[in-house]
Amino acid sequence: MSEELKNNTPDNPEEPQYSLNDDRRVKVLSPGALVAKRFFRNRMAVVGLITLIAMFIFSFVGGMISPYTQDQLFYRTDLQNKEFAAIKVNDEYRYATAPNQEFSSVVQAQAFLAMQKGNSEFEYRGTNYTLKKEGENFYSVQLDGTTIGIAFMDIVSGADGEIKVDFDEHFAILKAYTNQEKKFEFNGSNYEIDAEGAIKKDGKEYALVGRYVINTILSDVKLTNAFREKLIEAIDTNKSEFDYSDENGDFTYTLKYDAANKMYSILQKKETKVFDTYAAPSKEHWLGTDRNGMDMLTRLMYGGRVSLMIGFIVEAIATVLGVIFGGLAGYFGKWVDMLIMRIVDVFYCIPSMPIIIIIGAAMDAMRVNPQVRMIYLMLILGFLGWPGVARMVRGQILSLREQEYMTAAEATGLKVSRRIFKHLVPNVIPQLIVSVTMGLGGTIITEATLSFLGLGVRFPFASWGNIINDVNDTYVLTNYWFIWIPAGICLLVTVLAFNLVGDGLRDAFDPRMKR
Amino acid sequence: MRKYIVKRLIISLIILFFVAFIIYVLMRSLPTSYIENVARQKSMQPNSKSFEEWMEQLSATYGMNQGLFLGFINWLGRFFTGQFGDSWYYTVPVIDKFNDTVWLSFVMGLIAFTLELLIAIPLGIIAATKQYSKTDYTISVLALAGISLPTFFFASLLKLVFSVHLGWFDLFGLVGRSYELLSPMGKFLDKAHHLVLPIVTLVVISVGSLMRYTRTNMLEVLNADYIRTARAKGLSEKKVIYHHAFRNTLIPLVTMIGGSLPGLFSGALITETLYMIPGIGYTSYNAMVNGDIPFSMFYLVFMAILTLLGNLISDILYAVVDPRVRIA
Repeated sequence: MSEELKNNTPDNPEEPQYSLNDDRRVKVLSPGALVAKRFFRNRMAVVGLITLIAMFIFSFVGGMISPYTQDQLFYRTDLQNKEFAAIKVNDEYRYATAPNQEFSSVVQAQAFLAMQKGNSEFEYRGTNYTLKKEGENFYSVQLDGTTIGIAFMDIVSGADGEIKVDFDEHFAILKAYTNQEKKFEFNGSNYEIDAEGAIKKDGKEYALVGRYVINTILSDVKLTNAFREKLIEAIDTNKSEFDYSDENGDFTYTLKYDAANKMYSILQKKETKVFDTYAAPSKEHWLGTDRNGMDMLTRLMYGGRVSLMIGFIVEAIATVLGVIFGGLAGYFGKWVDMLIMRIVDVFYCIPSMPIIIIIGAAMDAMRVNPQVRMIYLMLILGFLGWPGVARMVRGQILSLREQEYMTAAEATGLKVSRRIFKHLVPNVIPQLIVSVTMGLGGTIITEATLSFLGLGVRFPFASWGNIINDVNDTYVLTNYWFIWIPAGICLLVTVLAFNLVGDGLRDAFDPRMKR
Repeated sequence: MRKYIVKRLIISLIILFFVAFIIYVLMRSLPTSYIENVARQKSMQPNSKSFEEWMEQLSATYGMNQGLFLGFINWLGRFFTGQFGDSWYYTVPVIDKFNDTVWLSFVMGLIAFTLELLIAIPLGIIAATKQYSKTDYTISVLALAGISLPTFFFASLLKLVFSVHLGWFDLFGLVGRSYELLSPMGKFLDKAHHLVLPIVTLVVISVGSLMRYTRTNMLEVLNADYIRTARAKGLSEKKVIYHHAFRNTLIPLVTMIGGSLPGLFSGALITETLYMIPGIGYTSYNAMVNGDIPFSMFYLVFMAILTLLGNLISDILYAVVDPRVRIA
């Protein structure tokens, strides 16, 4: 080998010079070193190993370095249009009854009929009522010269939405408003009405009159006169948006007209704190955030941790069971072998994926705690995975136990368990390592598939499979590549690396195989 | 030969008996509350039987009111006389639903499998004949990548590229929106069109292992003495590879292919679910997720039978194809 030659060239002055037939000239490598050497000569395997190390650092160290935790929620402020108020143009008559008078709803209906017909009198139950037109769409109903009630379309409301005007004042305001009077006097006070219907009493803002009925969505919100003026102005000029600022801040309001019930709804654009879901990659979140507003990169790290850990634990369970049963079957042969191998055959025939799906669905229905669920998942996967290992171990041991060193071991009177687990099993370890490495990739895929289907690892835990689960939502598939592509690539790269390393190890352990 | 087949058949039946027993125990050990919950939900649906009827049918079919072993014998007897009960989720007899769906899965699997063979065998042979070349490395790494690719991730990628961005295929389903308006030929083409992505997924996911299998076996054959002899005789490399080596590689290939044939009926659970292709895989996935015990039980046993059948066929073929194998 060229490297050995190089080591012995005289240009390395520190190396002592031996004579040609000195044994020390021959560099002796232990079997392990030989395997390592063969392994590192395989370029693909080395690439796989480096990738694996990178993936481990990413998953186990990355989670510690990341400034966030796996279930930390992020918020952002968002401008949202919230229903603020509704405004309706009143096109129905409303009625008010004078103090100490009777103006029943039947009489109101009769008055309405008379108004429609244009009559100035009507009769009900032998009583004659007089209908007097006081202004546009404003009538008073009189009985024997006294006003018992009024019918009107324009609504008078207090400037802050609270105060109630009494009947006479109401009458006066309506009378003035419907006759387009700008000023009037009542009860010794001066009233002014402007074009928008704002009423000033003695120079102070007092009330509002107009065709519009405004209701706020939240009962504790009081609408000011100025706001109403702005709003009515916007409706009259057919604007769909207006700005208004008060002590709460500047807001933009949007008007939406609903033709079905002739109502405008007023939407207030307000900054609201919301979960920062599906945020695009940025400086704070290198891979954006997911459906719940959690940092994607951090979840990817923790997901890797879960995926790798599940892979290792499952393989460990399968290997331990497989080595024990395979070792027993291989060593004892005869009926033990027969029995164990038939059990293996039975396990081979059990369709594992459907069984895990059924158990997963049952656990779903029973609302099993996600942590307990993860443990069950590992146990089931491990338990379904041992027959393959057992079959391999048995095959190896069957050939190994016929070798001379085993006869020697038997001759020295070693215990059976010692012979199996100290002398036979260590010789199976190369094949075992290869099968475990290859199996790890498969287990990770199985776990990811189950988690993808929502039957494996569940929220709040992350796993690469359940991160990609979001893809089930076609909108995510189409628009948010950063949610699922990184997780998929992590999975692919990790499994590929496991397979490459497994391949490399097999070649290194058994050079005759040449892959 | 006949003796061997009979012996294998008997062993298979014994194994099947135990597999069925394990599956039955699994169903029995599902929490009763879960089964009752599911039955109650089913009975709430419109036009459904009452809860009592569901439970009665269940305990009749599965011998739930009897002991474990007696109930198992009872169920097994019913199973092998074709009484599978009614599916809870689909509210039709299990066997009807099965007949409706299995053929689609079979066709899909058959096409995918044929394509896999057509791709994997030539590439595997090329890789083996040019061992350690660039071609070999490329093919090997691609094969490994195919094995390492999670089905759901690959399917999502295909959907993103071909359905979303290029718009060539629909995202889900077997038939398009205007399926009912199409002529018979159009209907056929519509279905074929919807099967393209699932089949591509199946082929890419499983072609890798077949390729590696071919390559390993071809390498083994190429290292054999008779190949050296053939070369020493001065035969052309073409003749050596395609006449001497390839024919011998066919032995393990044929056994493997034969063993895979029953599996074509099992459907592709994951792929069908991802594309919502109403084959046996997707149908049973829905049944299993929704706690449809009669259908799930049927599917589990069906899968076990297919696996056993596959092993049986490959063992028998191995003996038939390879004259060196003597059967005791």
